[in-house]
Amino acid sequence: METYINQLIFGVGPYLAGTIFLLGSFLRYERGQYTWRAMSSQTLSNPPAFRWASIAFHVGILLLFFGHLFGLLTPTVVYTSVGLSPGAKQIMAMVAGGLFGLLCFVGLTYLVFRRLFNARVRANSSSMDTFIICLIYLQLITGLSTLFVSMDHLDGAVMLDLAHWAQGIVTFQAGAWQYIVDVHWIYKLHIFLGLLMFTAFPFSRLVHIWSWPVEYVARRYQIVRPQ
Amino acid sequence: MSNFLDRLTFFKRHKESFSNEHGVTVDEDRRWEDGYRSRWQHDKVVRSTHGVNCTGSCSWKIYVKNGLVTWETQQTDYPRTRPGLPNHEPRGCARGASFSWYIYSANRLKYPMVRRHLVELWRDAKKQHSDPVEAWASIVQDPKKAQSYKSRRGLGGFVRADWQEVQEIIAAANVYTARDYGPDRIIGFSPIPAMSMVSYAAGTRYLSLIGGVCMSFYDWYCDLPPASPQTWGEQTDVPESADWFNSTFLMMWGSNVPQTRTPDAHYMTEARYRGTKTVTVTPDYSEASKFGDIWLNPKQGTDSALAMAMGHVILKEWHVEGKSDYFDDYVRRYTDLPYLVLLDEENGNTVPGRFLRASDLADDLGEQDNADWKTISWDENSGSLVAPTGSIGFRWTETKGKWNLEQKTGDGRDIHLRLSHIDNSDEVTEVAFPYFGGGGNPHFSHTSHDPVQKRRVPIRTITLADGSSARVASVFDLMVANYGIDRGLGGDHVASSYDDDVPYTPAWQEAITGVPREKVITVAQQFAENAHKTHGKSMIIIGAAMNHWYHMDMNYRGVIKMLMMCGCVGVSGGGWAHYVGQEKLRPQTGWAPVAFAMDWHRPPRHMNSTSFFYNHTSQWRHETVKMDEILSPLVNADDWNGSMIDYNVRAERMGWLPSAPQLSRNPLQVAREAKQAGMEIKDYIVQSLRDGSLQFASEDPDNPANFPRNMFVWRSNLLGSSGKGHEYFLKYLLGTENGLQGKDLDSIPNAEKPEEVKWRDAATGKLDLLTTLDFRMSTTCMYSDIVLPTATWYEKHDMNTSDMHPFIHPLTAAVDPAWESRSDWDIYKGIAKKFSELCQGHLGEETDVTTLPHIHDTPAEMAQPKDVKDWKKGECEPIPGKTMPNMVPVERNYPETYNRFTALGPLMDNVGNGGKGITWKTNDEVEFLGDLNGRVTEDVSTKGRPKIRTAINACETILSLAPETNGHVAVRAWDALSVQTGREHAHLANSHEGETIRFNDIVAQPRKIISSPTWSGIESEKVSYNAGWTNINELIPWRTITGRQQFYQDHLWMRAFGETLCVYKPPIDMKTIDPIMNKKGNGNTEIVLNFITPHQKWGIHSTYTDNLLMLTLSRGGPIVWMSEKDAAKAGLEDNDWIEVFNVNGAITARAVVSQRVPEGMSMMYHAQEKIVNTPGSEITGNRGGIHNSVTRAVLKPTHMIGGYAQQSYFFNYHGTVGSNRDEFIVVRKMKNVDWMDEESGDAMRTEGA
Repeated sequence: METYINQLIFGVGPYLAGTIFLLGSFLRYERGQYTWRAMSSQTLSNPPAFRWASIAFHVGILLLFFGHLFGLLTPTVVYTSVGLSPGAKQIMAMVAGGLFGLLCFVGLTYLVFRRLFNARVRANSSSMDTFIICLIYLQLITGLSTLFVSMDHLDGAVMLDLAHWAQGIVTFQAGAWQYIVDVHWIYKLHIFLGLLMFTAFPFSRLVHIWSWPVEYVARRYQIVRPQ
Repeated sequence: MSNFLDRLTFFKRHKESFSNEHGVTVDEDRRWEDGYRSRWQHDKVVRSTHGVNCTGSCSWKIYVKNGLVTWETQQTDYPRTRPGLPNHEPRGCARGASFSWYIYSANRLKYPMVRRHLVELWRDAKKQHSDPVEAWASIVQDPKKAQSYKSRRGLGGFVRADWQEVQEIIAAANVYTARDYGPDRIIGFSPIPAMSMVSYAAGTRYLSLIGGVCMSFYDWYCDLPPASPQTWGEQTDVPESADWFNSTFLMMWGSNVPQTRTPDAHYMTEARYRGTKTVTVTPDYSEASKFGDIWLNPKQGTDSALAMAMGHVILKEWHVEGKSDYFDDYVRRYTDLPYLVLLDEENGNTVPGRFLRASDLADDLGEQDNADWKTISWDENSGSLVAPTGSIGFRWTETKGKWNLEQKTGDGRDIHLRLSHIDNSDEVTEVAFPYFGGGGNPHFSHTSHDPVQKRRVPIRTITLADGSSARVASVFDLMVANYGIDRGLGGDHVASSYDDDVPYTPAWQEAITGVPREKVITVAQQFAENAHKTHGKSMIIIGAAMNHWYHMDMNYRGVIKMLMMCGCVGVSGGGWAHYVGQEKLRPQTGWAPVAFAMDWHRPPRHMNSTSFFYNHTSQWRHETVKMDEILSPLVNADDWNGSMIDYNVRAERMGWLPSAPQLSRNPLQVAREAKQAGMEIKDYIVQSLRDGSLQFASEDPDNPANFPRNMFVWRSNLLGSSGKGHEYFLKYLLGTENGLQGKDLDSIPNAEKPEEVKWRDAATGKLDLLTTLDFRMSTTCMYSDIVLPTATWYEKHDMNTSDMHPFIHPLTAAVDPAWESRSDWDIYKGIAKKFSELCQGHLGEETDVTTLPHIHDTPAEMAQPKDVKDWKKGECEPIPGKTMPNMVPVERNYPETYNRFTALGPLMDNVGNGGKGITWKTNDEVEFLGDLNGRVTEDVSTKGRPKIRTAINACETILSLAPETNGHVAVRAWDALSVQTGREHAHLANSHEGETIRFNDIVAQPRKIISSPTWSGIESEKVSYNAGWTNINELIPWRTITGRQQFYQDHLWMRAFGETLCVYKPPIDMKTIDPIMNKKGNGNTEIVLNFITPHQKWGIHSTYTDNLLMLTLSRGGPIVWMSEKDAAKAGLEDNDWIEVFNVNGAITARAVVSQRVPEGMSMMYHAQEKIVNTPGSEITGNRGGIHNSVTRAVLKPTHMIGGYAQQSYFFNYHGTVGSNRDEFIVVRKMKNVDWMDEESGDAMRTEGA
């Protein structure tokens, strides 16, 4: 039974979550153009502390996201070939992830508090808004919690298991889930919440991530369209 | 095709740069723009307006999209004005622009609602009684059951009901009340027909068919200036706002034009661009103040002192010194200044008495017909006394044709009236004038001048009919003396210089008003000089502010006298521009038959609301103002005993004022008794009143037989807006939780109780059923038993007119009434139908008898010449229609109520139509309406009559019958007037004879009305509408005793209360502070302020005060303004929560601390609704009240006068008015702001058990 659940969540789960994430985002983009937005509540409450918290959160979470992306999906040979041992890489990941996580945590703590206890913001929040911010918060806390578990095994072995799992999933390896059957439950919880977040993504304000305005950087001053 | 695929065609996207790479052209999909574009697309635009009493009467475009009203914008298609005059449009303001919010808001009433406890009782009773009338009886006859729902009024607890059920409850209650107590125990309150005249008429038509009472409003709101009927015999007639532009000296006196006349204010600013000088008179630094070239800020409530001082300057410089032929000629022809007044001896003083009449002189001066009512002057041509034509005696004679201002005698001699007798006097006598400026309210400054001011007046001695000699003086000579002007006749109490401290010099007024004398002199001189040069183009715009004081007549007459002295009244660009309430119901005479069912029964039952509410909300039980506080120092106070209610009772029984409920028994029963006794109803009532077996209901208001039992309120927020003495309403009329702090006279040792009224233990919960029709959950709805959801102003067909512009335009249904709401017309039609069903077996064909006071503009206005005699005291015989009200039997057919409601009745063919003293035949119009609306085809009693089934039918009926909207009728009406005046007037309408305005015409575009004798101005391409224009230019008399504009008021009661001529009277002392100040302390400092309730910026009365958009623009809840100095005294800062209270009750609000407000005064914008952001009161323990929680109505005897020419009753025209500005309040900071939104242990409050 336990095996089955492991397979369901870590073997099939990512494909289910990924399908909902991609297909859901596609359909939302097609059918709900006016809902494709960040739904900022900044006009309702905008003290300086909020602006700092928001920046801290966004910077932190972006760095965490890319940290995960590179950390998990870079093939082991790539960094061993430049002389970086898995243990050293784990410590690098822990230090970087810890710092970014802390930055994100400080910002997000403020944002969660504001979302729940600022009357104007609260009144203007949908239940999905509240759910998603709590989910991110929980995900962040579980992620930070893994640091303490990781302290106990600095050899990089668990990290490699996780990376193999992730690489197995993205390369459609049928047994990838087996890599993480025996990792600490906190990692599993972190992964489970991550999958949940991908699943909830198309139904929430997170869709704004798809549309982050990179092109603004190089955009022309004036954009016109013909009749 | 696909948003996503479009994004993917990255490499195919056409891009072309320009401006050195600064811009780029792309061919992205543009469909997203349609979202924004369709935001402003709509399916149709419909013309409607806002049926709110703001006088704006602005035509609006209502936009409909997907079957929903989305927004509104101003219409800009008014017919344009003549060259040289700015156009009317665009008309509208932020308040109107936010109206559509209501339709789909949470405040919208969507379903019929009933108080839960009542509907439970009803459903139980229905199980016991198959007859709904008996079911209703079983509830209200059981005191415990009745109390169980009455005591919950105001506490919420409404449940939805269906239309069938509520109609049945209402109809059953009405049948029961009419059967057991009398139809005059069913009353209805709805104001200002002009704002939606068919909706008004719906309710009054139903009430008038069953014999119910229609309550007045203009007087109750205190918007009726009694000075107007006193001076002109006219309710109120004013210039249209376009005429402001024609003025060359414009004063805004207590009128905040930009704030409260927003759509019209442009004419004032445009006049200023043209060079008109503007003077603003307001105690506070209002929005209007900044428009003044000069701003005068008298202490609030002292305006008459200011006006008297200006009058002093004008009279002295222009009349006594005789500088202006124009002024001189004007006052001789058009005012009563040349008329002679008898001088009486009273308490050792020579005092001005009544006007000399033809009947006082030998051989009636050849004027036997109505000799009592022909006033006398001195003719310079013949050097003898004459009775000039135009006086009221000429109006109601058998030989018509001499009621005009032609400066002739009855036998056709030309006359030139003498103004002053200073050069040919028989002697100079000291005449005593009263001075009131030494007493009154302790919060105002007083002067120490002698209360009896003896001044020398040139007089003539004449021989009366009985051979005795009498002394007479002209009004002019008396008035000059009254103003304290030294004419070289010697004696004390006169001023030779403006700096003399004598009433009424500019120096004298400084101590009272605080305005420097130089400014007063400057304004008065410029005002008069402008009028002299332009022949009367000085205008005074005036608002509610001054009229809401107890002595409003003095404020107004002071101002009106300035205008009359300078020949401004009746002149385009000049005159008295009083704008309070949208009183000008242009097609009035077409509307009245529909509204009061005068096509079926005459007369309708009308009641003056001020006296009614004063009586039936038991405010009289708390009266603290005594007669000796307001009597003239010249009379013997012992002759004038009794309390305020006594005077009203006397006025009712002498036929001066109406009464309702009328008699102490059911009038249907009284008629039956008369029949049994084999007597004429009139005789039977006289006999029963005389032997005491019958009384007037007002003599015993706490007797359950005399309670008003059913009440309808529609188009009104009576309990959230206009109900002066709000807490008295709650306690006595409704019998529910209230914040009244004071005790009645029973609890005050040695208090004098009324003489004419039986004192019983106070009755509470008099009303059995309060039904309110509204589109929003107002304060009144909260206190009602049944709430009926009406169509909003964008969901019904109706019509709207105003005094501010000459157009008639519609309300039309942009969408059907939302949810289960219905138009007022359909609601009352439904009730009428149910009533007709349920009355079977209870009421059939019945004889009703109504008591009718001496009505203005009928011969009855000549009921009581010279003296006042009370039949009950044995001073005269009780003669209906002469010394007491007339008793008029009315045959009703109750089961036919619905059929009659929906068809035009036969009295229009048989009796005709009319108004203001003239009548005309209207058979052609009835015939036409049969063709237009169709005739009743069903086999009922009304078969063949023109239909009035729909609101549009009703509109067409009004438009066809009214001279203002049907040229044929206009010509006929002018011809009817010509019979009385002997002059040809039809030229004013001849060019419009073929013009008829239909409902579809006004839907297409606002239409200008046709000139009609109903009004004293004309519609023309040459002059703007201005009141009194036809009096001056067509020589039509004013409807007063002399036929001229009255400076002098000669009725006995006017003399007794010292108001023959205008005087300064300080505000009265309501005594509401001492019993409560510092008695219920919360530790914070308490201060005393005057309580002023101006019209507001964020609402029109209470409408819009609960509108989220308006709340967002303002502070979002109840506020009271006060000065920085007073705030400092009370330890207050801006936006603090404060409590405002006195013995009448308490209000909770936020403080607005502002330099705008002078010290000693507070302002709470009128009608801020207690349903929005109102916390609990520390004083009462209940939720804070509305602005009227700290007020109480108090009557004034001079307003009760009747049967006396211009001082005769007519609905909304003349009568007691509900003043409220003399009120003072205690203000203190709140300690605990309790929102009372917690679950409380008190089951009553949360409407639980």
